[in-house]
Formats: sequence, C-alpha cells, structure tokens
Amino acid sequence: MSPTEQPTMSEYRRREQSITLAPVEEQLGALGDTGTDDSTHELLTLNFGPHHPATHGVLRLLVTLQGEIVRDVKPIIGYVHTGIEKTAEDKSYWKVIPVVERMDYLSYYFNAMAFCGAVETLLEVDVPKRAQYLRVIHLELNRIMSHLVWLGTSALDLGAISMFWYCFREREKILDLFEMSSGQRMHTRYFQVGGVIEDIPRGFAEKLRGFLAEMPSRVDQYRDMLNGNEIVLQRLRGTCPLDAGTLLSLGVTGPLLRAAGNPWDLRKADPYSSYDDFEFKIPVGTAGDNYDRFACRVAEMYESVKIVAQALDGLPEGPHITEDRKVALPPRHELATSMEALIHHFKLVTEGMRVPPGEVYFPIESPRGELGCFVRSDGSSKPARVHMRDPSFVNLQATAPMVKGAYIADLIATLAMLDPILGGIDR
Amino acid sequence: MPDATGLELIAQELRDAEGAGVVTDTLFFRDRATVTVQAMRIRAVLAHLRAQGYAFLASVHGVDYYPHEPRLGVHYELLDMSRVDRITVKVRVPSDAPEVESVTPDAADGPGWPTANHQEREVFDMFGVVFRGHPDLRRILMPEDYEGHPQRRDFPIGGEPVIFTYNEREAYPSGRTSGASTREGAGA
Repeated sequence: MSPTEQPTMSEYRRREQSITLAPVEEQLGALGDTGTDDSTHELLTLNFGPHHPATHGVLRLLVTLQGEIVRDVKPIIGYVHTGIEKTAEDKSYWKVIPVVERMDYLSYYFNAMAFCGAVETLLEVDVPKRAQYLRVIHLELNRIMSHLVWLGTSALDLGAISMFWYCFREREKILDLFEMSSGQRMHTRYFQVGGVIEDIPRGFAEKLRGFLAEMPSRVDQYRDMLNGNEIVLQRLRGTCPLDAGTLLSLGVTGPLLRAAGNPWDLRKADPYSSYDDFEFKIPVGTAGDNYDRFACRVAEMYESVKIVAQALDGLPEGPHITEDRKVALPPRHELATSMEALIHHFKLVTEGMRVPPGEVYFPIESPRGELGCFVRSDGSSKPARVHMRDPSFVNLQATAPMVKGAYIADLIATLAMLDPILGGIDR
Repeated sequence: MPDATGLELIAQELRDAEGAGVVTDTLFFRDRATVTVQAMRIRAVLAHLRAQGYAFLASVHGVDYYPHEPRLGVHYELLDMSRVDRITVKVRVPSDAPEVESVTPDAADGPGWPTANHQEREVFDMFGVVFRGHPDLRRILMPEDYEGHPQRRDFPIGGEPVIFTYNEREAYPSGRTSGASTREGAGA
C-alpha cells in the first residue's frame, strides 16, 4: 500500500473521531449556567438513592443533569421517619432519653445533652461540676467519633478504602471507652436529667489518657495521607463553595459555616456545661469549599482531644448527679436503710418526675451544627412536646445551592462533606 | 437573652411599628424571652426583628396546645449572632383555620428566610398548619398519600397497622401496593 493512498475508515473509527475531548463547559459553549438552549443538550433527570452507599443513609435525590453538570437537586426524605418525637410524648422524662439518642445515631451524647439540658432548665436543677466535666469528656469523645465515621466514609466516597479501616480502628477505641463508662457502645443512656448515671469506673482515666496520647498522631497520619493525595485534593479543592451569607440565610451552622469563615460555635459563644473552663480554638476556613469543610473537621478533632485532656485533668471531686431526690435516683446503698429513699426510688421509677409547665428551647453545638431541643411541659410526668432542631435536616437545604452548576462527581464529594445523618433528618 | 424589661421594650417597638394589635402576649420564663404575635403578621414581625439584629432564624417548629385554644402554635427561634441573644416569636392558630403567613419566600415586603422552607413543610406535615405563600407546601417526612397530621395530641399512637406482605391486602384493599398488583399480574 502506498503512503499516499487514504485507508478507508471503518464505521467505528469515524464515530470515535467525532467524540470531542474538550471540557464539558466548552462543549456547552455559551450555554453556561443559564441552561436555556436545549436544542443540543437535553436534560436528564436521574434518581439517586435512597439505597446508594454515597448517600450516607436513605437519602433520595432527584438530580437534573445536563451532560455531566448538575442543574438541580431535590432531596426527598422521610424513609427512616420513625416518629420519635411522637413516641417521646408517651414516655416519662427519663425514658425519653434512650429514644432521642436514636435520632442522630452518630451523636447520641449530643441528643441526650440537648434533651437533658432543656429538662434541667425547666426543672431549674443545677448539674454538679463533676457531672458537667464528665459530660464534656463524653461529648467531645463523641464528636471525635462522629468525625471519624465522617472521615472514613467520605474518603470511601472519594475512592480511598483504607481510610475507612483506619478511622474505624480509632472509633473502636472510643466505643470501648463508652462501654467502660456506661456498659453500652452506642446509645449509652449515660446522661441523665441532673447529671450522669454513674461515675467513671476505675481504669477509665488511664485508658482515656492512653487514647489521648495516641489520637493526635493518628489524626496527623490521616491528614497527611489525604492532604498529600492528588486525587483527594482535586476532588475537594475549589469545588462547590458557598459563602457565609448564603449559608446563614439557609440556617446552616457547624463546620459547614465555619469552613466559610464564620467562627460561630455555641461552645464559645454561649457556653453550656462548663465549656468556658477549657481552652480551645475554633478552626475556620477561608474559601468555604469542600476542602475547607474537610480541613475544619479534621482540625476540630485536635481541639476535641485538647478539651477532653483538660476536662480529665481538671475533673473536680463531688457527686456525679444532682442530690435532688425528686429528679435523680437515690444511691443504691440508701435503699436498704432509708424508707424515704425507697419512696423516692419507687416514685421515680413508676411515675417519673413531674416537671413544671413551660417551654424551653435548648441549643448546643453538635458535630453538625446547632442541635436544639424544644421541650414543652404541661406539668405532668410526660413531655407534651419534644422537638429536635436537627442540624442535618436544616443543612440539607444547602445541597442544591452548593452543587448547582457543578459536575455530578462533585455532588458526591459535596454530599460527603455535608455529613448528613438521615436518622437525624427523618427522626 | 433580653431581660424582662428588654422584652417589653421589643414588644413596645413592635406595637409602635406594626400597630397595637400585633403583639398579643409576652412571656419571660427561665431567662428566655417569648413574644406572641398575630399569625398573619409574622413576616412583618420577623422583618422588624431582623432589622434589630436577630438575623438568624435558628428553628421553626410546631406545638399542639390541645385542649387549650387556639390550639396550634408555631415557634420561630431567632438568634442575634453578634450579641449572642435569642428571642422566640410565637403564633397561635385555631385548628379549624390553621393558617399562618409563610416566611420562606422573598416578597415585595422584603427578603424571606430560605431556611424555613423544609421546617414549615415539617410543621404542615405534622400539625396541618397551612403556610400561606409557601412555594412548595407538601408533606416532607410522611408519605404523600398519608391522611392526618400525626404530631397532633389527639392522633393516637399505634393506631395504624404495620404492613407486612401477609396483611398488605387488608391494609390496602384497593390493591394499590406494587406487591398486590404484581401478584395479580402473575395470576392472570
């Protein structure tokens, strides 16, 4: 065959050459974000979830795509709605704690804290200092645990499977500590109205110190592993940013808001449970993109370790729960000797405590933002209304503004960085 | 939190700006300030408080005050982030005409509160409060074809059978479940 002779092109070759490898924006041309010209590109509506590993639960999204570009996202929720708020109205106050713990199943101590805080405000009960410190220790351990699950599953979404095992290795150590102090690994029912159910057992402090000594170097490793990874950086840096003003109008709080540069943190702004006794910093971002959301949460883990260490070192002596016998169960040894203690025990276990009528909204800083518990009491021993303002539920509304105009791959990364917990969203 | 005097000052400002009838009650309880306003004036009240610095709407939730009247309530938890100050705005509506002005959309009288979108839908879903002017007032947590508003106090707990495959025909006699139609299709 002479070189001048044109080889006849096969059908396959001709089709292959018609594929342009230019970026999608160029292919869309002047179309840009307006999406008005649909003569060449039609919109595709894609159902995403509810059973999809990247939705972190049973979240369903109706995604409208133009090529690979997300034009609209509509979240559909309610698949794990179990009516916990309704159930709570049928239980006496101290029996509500286990059910509200199951709302946001990764931050059970926070749910219990918000509920107990609201009831304590209604009762005007003072929580002893030691109980407040014990609460802080468990809250911050829970925050680290929640962030570890987020980090592991988010890295999994981005294609890094080993992070998942590393993060769950540290999480196990925290769950071991929870098991030691309360007997349960998850949904511990450790926080009670007026304090905590039991003092920490012997050996807990040593085990916790061991964990605290190890944890910062572990976070170093995780940070270095992901920060030095080109794929992770390309997936996160500069993708799906949203400014602080828009986030505030959407009610977004927590690490998502702090990543956009607003240092709002209820632990500092409006301290509860003795948070003003501890020194810690609030990590903030600058760009408000997915990378800042990632970096803020990783930096928060170091700060939480610092808070736990300070709370453990400064743990005051004293009772672990209020001495008010109308609220807290009497100690076991009193039951054998004191008739009054027996009566109090009987009244609390059968009827429960009566709470003065009123309404209280008690907000705390959960790993995902402002977790507020609204409790209305009608004076009986059961709450007339329990409502959780769950941060995941409110933050979910920011999904569409974040991902509009981004690639569908960035939708996955953004969803991971949003850290929604469907148990909390649906309640 | 504004103290008891501060709450009365805010209430008086509201009366001066929006008319004497707009504030129906004030309550200072456990260091928390609550002001009750007319349901169809809630947009104006929240806009007024936004100008006073309460620019963050933390939460919108419903309450059923059964057996008291007016029965249903909607609470708006406002937050002033610079002064770290909270105030609760409350509206009460009767259950036979449960209508509240929606604060979600932007309108001629000023910008809305986009965060209220899902939360108003939840209050509608759970209590049946209708938010006038809401852009997309549908159920959010319960199924679309659900009847009743389950968070109301007179809605029974456990009043609904749990659907398994063996009893889905009794529960849905019209045969609208996918499982029933498939089996009928297989039999034909």
